[in-house]
Amino acid sequence: MNVLEVDDLKKHYPIHAGMLRREVGRVRAVDGVSFSIAAGETLALVGESGCGKTTVSRCILRALSPTSGAIRFDAGDGTVDLARLSKRAMRPLRRHLQMIFQDPYSSLNPRMMVGDIIAEPLKVNGVPAAERSARVLELLDLVQMPAVARTRFPHAFSGGQRQRIGIARALALNPRLVVADEPVSALDVSVQAQIINLLLDLQDRLKLSMLFVAHDLSVVRHVSDRVAVMYVGRIVEIAPTDALYRNPRHPYTETLLAAVPAPDPLRRGRQMKATGEVADPARPPPGCAFHPRCPYAQDRCRTERPELTEVAPGRWTSCHRAREIELAGVA
Amino acid sequence: MAERTSLAVRDLAVHFAMEQGTVRALEGVSFDLHAGRTLGIVGESGCGKSVTARSILRILDRPGKIVGGSILLDPGTAEETDLIAIDPDSSRMRGIRGGRIGLIFQEPMTALSVHYTVGNQIIEAVRQPADLSKAAARDRAIELLREVGIPRPELRVDAYPFQLSGGLRQRVGIAMALAGNPDIVIADEPTTALDVTTQAQVLDLLRRLQQEKNIALMLITHDMGVIAEMCDEVAVMYLGRVVEYAPVLELFTAPRHPYTRALLRAVPSILATPRQRLATIGGAVPHPGARPQGCAFHPRCTDFMPGRCDAAAPPPLTAGCTGASCFLEVPA
Amino acid sequence: MSATTAESQDRWAEATQLQLTWWRFRRHRLAVVSLVVVVLFYLVAAFADFLAINDPHATDARRSFIPPQAIHLFDEDGFNPHVYGLRGVRNMQTFQLTYTPDPNRKLPVRLFTRGYTYNLLGLFETDIHLLGVVGGQRTDGIFLLGTDQLGRDLLSRIIVATRVSLSIGLAGVTLSLLLGVILGGISGLYGGWVDTFIQRVIEVLRSIPTIPLWMGLAAALPNTWSTTQVYFAITVIISLIGWTDLARVVRGRFLSLREEDFVVAAELAGATQGRVIFRHMLPSFASHIIAAVSLALPAMIVSETALSFLGLGLRPPAISWGILLQDAQNIQVLANAPWLLSAAVPVIVVILAFNFLGDGLRDAADPYG
Repeated sequence: MNVLEVDDLKKHYPIHAGMLRREVGRVRAVDGVSFSIAAGETLALVGESGCGKTTVSRCILRALSPTSGAIRFDAGDGTVDLARLSKRAMRPLRRHLQMIFQDPYSSLNPRMMVGDIIAEPLKVNGVPAAERSARVLELLDLVQMPAVARTRFPHAFSGGQRQRIGIARALALNPRLVVADEPVSALDVSVQAQIINLLLDLQDRLKLSMLFVAHDLSVVRHVSDRVAVMYVGRIVEIAPTDALYRNPRHPYTETLLAAVPAPDPLRRGRQMKATGEVADPARPPPGCAFHPRCPYAQDRCRTERPELTEVAPGRWTSCHRAREIELAGVA
Repeated sequence: MAERTSLAVRDLAVHFAMEQGTVRALEGVSFDLHAGRTLGIVGESGCGKSVTARSILRILDRPGKIVGGSILLDPGTAEETDLIAIDPDSSRMRGIRGGRIGLIFQEPMTALSVHYTVGNQIIEAVRQPADLSKAAARDRAIELLREVGIPRPELRVDAYPFQLSGGLRQRVGIAMALAGNPDIVIADEPTTALDVTTQAQVLDLLRRLQQEKNIALMLITHDMGVIAEMCDEVAVMYLGRVVEYAPVLELFTAPRHPYTRALLRAVPSILATPRQRLATIGGAVPHPGARPQGCAFHPRCTDFMPGRCDAAAPPPLTAGCTGASCFLEVPA
Repeated sequence: MSATTAESQDRWAEATQLQLTWWRFRRHRLAVVSLVVVVLFYLVAAFADFLAINDPHATDARRSFIPPQAIHLFDEDGFNPHVYGLRGVRNMQTFQLTYTPDPNRKLPVRLFTRGYTYNLLGLFETDIHLLGVVGGQRTDGIFLLGTDQLGRDLLSRIIVATRVSLSIGLAGVTLSLLLGVILGGISGLYGGWVDTFIQRVIEVLRSIPTIPLWMGLAAALPNTWSTTQVYFAITVIISLIGWTDLARVVRGRFLSLREEDFVVAAELAGATQGRVIFRHMLPSFASHIIAAVSLALPAMIVSETALSFLGLGLRPPAISWGILLQDAQNIQVLANAPWLLSAAVPVIVVILAFNFLGDGLRDAADPYG
């Protein structure tokens, strides 16, 4: 059963120029993205800068309004298309969709006590006071923070602790879907490990459905069940985590995997076969957006845009040559 | 295989005079940089790796102050110079900066001025240590851009930094660091702000340039993968001290210091099994102003020996000697 | 941070932003001193009549241009504060009146003496003053800063002027604050054409040269208006430009706060826009507003002083520092009675104090800004 189904989501930003501010082009930040998240599953959305993964997450949470497409969400009592809702209609549904932010230093209101910060979603959704304080204690325990944290202010806590508070706040209302936007990239290595473990524990205990947006492929391998790889506004591959890493079916995925330096000196020197820089979403190359960098590109790739197709059960890729080429993964 | 030692740092100590007291940012750091080899400096926030780089280049901002040790350029030769003894504002030091030691910054956008073209800035970096005419300097700038792999350098030389992508900007940063033909380059987290594919390209570039020019490279990073990929020797820092030094393979296969071991276990790996939990290090890095007694790592150490580890600091490492600054290494 | 006790760590952890700001503020000695000075000035304003010695409105040609007098603390009998009675002698050739102290007439100076009647804090009538002369003729009194052309005691007038000059600043700033926060808030919150419109209005207002604008508006005030009406009109006039600064500050803060993660988090939790603004955004820039206000106040005070000095602001019989300085415009008068310039001293002191206070507040509120 799917908690979320995204269908051909698009978010375009018009570029205005000239005296009359006419629209001269569009930045296709998200250009036709489709995927689904099953209940209790963690789907990772990975990609480099400009790929659109943050925009996708903001569209799902309706912090941004999509240009077109559907975002079908199972709110428990029926499915609703979030893309069609007004800001007002969205508000009662917000309790089911929560976000964990990237920057622990700006995601907590410095002028509110930690207890109030965590209780805010509860308060705003009409939970009575006594129940709120009990729930706050429960949540602090869940993220392994001491109860005295309630009366303290964010400035008293380290980055890792603040991130735990942010996680507690996100889980306060038992949301059906949690969107985690690079939740560990701003943390030190040792703290990152603690938060990754915490997320894994919470996934097990609460059967969380999570959309995990990240650029760090190592973290993603630990945390996700399935991975969707994005490039310049489109998804190029979706697969279960292990399968994707061992046996990628898209040249861009192969490139990404080859580029990540593994903490093992014996593995150094593997060459990344792709060249060039990440494409500009305002001027994507024609045909397959990856073709200028792709070592396997053919004429067809320069003119015809590939569609995301299922090449094996559960394995989707948008490459014309998916069935022909042998790609290298990591172990 | 006697490589020339280009730079020798001995017992470097740096203090910051803050309102709440003195913060001992570096406490007796010693290491060597050899021509043609890469030394990796790895550690988490507060360990002092950036302070080390800035101290070597004498660009440490107040309230930081070098309070002890020496930084010897060309040690053991007739031209041996202690950089600490030179006035940081003197023309001699400015000649060394850029001419002998180059610096690559983490954020290419902050290293480059927004007001001048890329070419202008490289030309300035080129003309400073050497005496070249404007035309010759421009040619050199174009050549530098070509060397760092920027396509169509004769056009890009007139571009402004904001017109370039992050990867290209960092390549320009590398070009600027190499403009004065330094034989020592310090790279402070050069790829942290870059995409992973761009990072791979920039690291390849660094490696190639180092080999071509026989540069002594000091690579500062928090990423163990980059260390494994790039470095010949590694120094692990924690709260202002070098806690372990080893050749890279030995560091990863047989780490000696409990912190190194814990750090390696805590790093997420692309080779992991799904849902694999990481071994965490308990607690958090203490603030450098609230340094624990004795060995700075002891409150978080799984091999803590009461009476020894909290009583005195373990003996510091001599430069170039493989080992850990830890009482486990010292016979009781 | 050096190793602190567990208790002080707890205190710091539980300190609100307000407390942290106060602790940071306390460390700036100059700012703290300035705060004390400002508070003292406002106390003087509140108790002005009590502190004044002679009736600031009472004129007497026989006391014209008396130079500053000294209080003598001791005489043959020991501690006996007194002033000498003055004998005025007119020089028949220059027609200049000179005063010489008459040592035969000693007037004791005492605390809490009876003087002219006034209304204390608007509550009740009394005639007790802090200092005064016991006995003596009507022409006698303590003229510590001398008198003006009409024989009025300058020190008493300066003290009473404090009330008007400082309160007009407060009134002006309150008006600016209201306008600035509301318009700046709307501008920053809604953006779009509302923002553009308000910003252009601000730019037009700021491009008008201030003094000519004020002159025009002040000249338009009917002569027949009472002092109070003129007072309020002047307040409105000087706030007319003042609100633009605050509006810009508020707009800037709203714009940057809108993008802050914690504000987005509140919206994502389902908070209404009202709650997001008042509970989450407003407290974040309250300290900036306070700092901006404390820097806007001296500008208002100087504005009123300048306007009244030019004759465009308040008019006699109102008393403000600007009006007092008007008397010092005539070079001939100034040459004969330089003590008339002493009205400038409180202006300078209070402006400096407000500026240091405002700087200290701004640094304490936003040490990284």
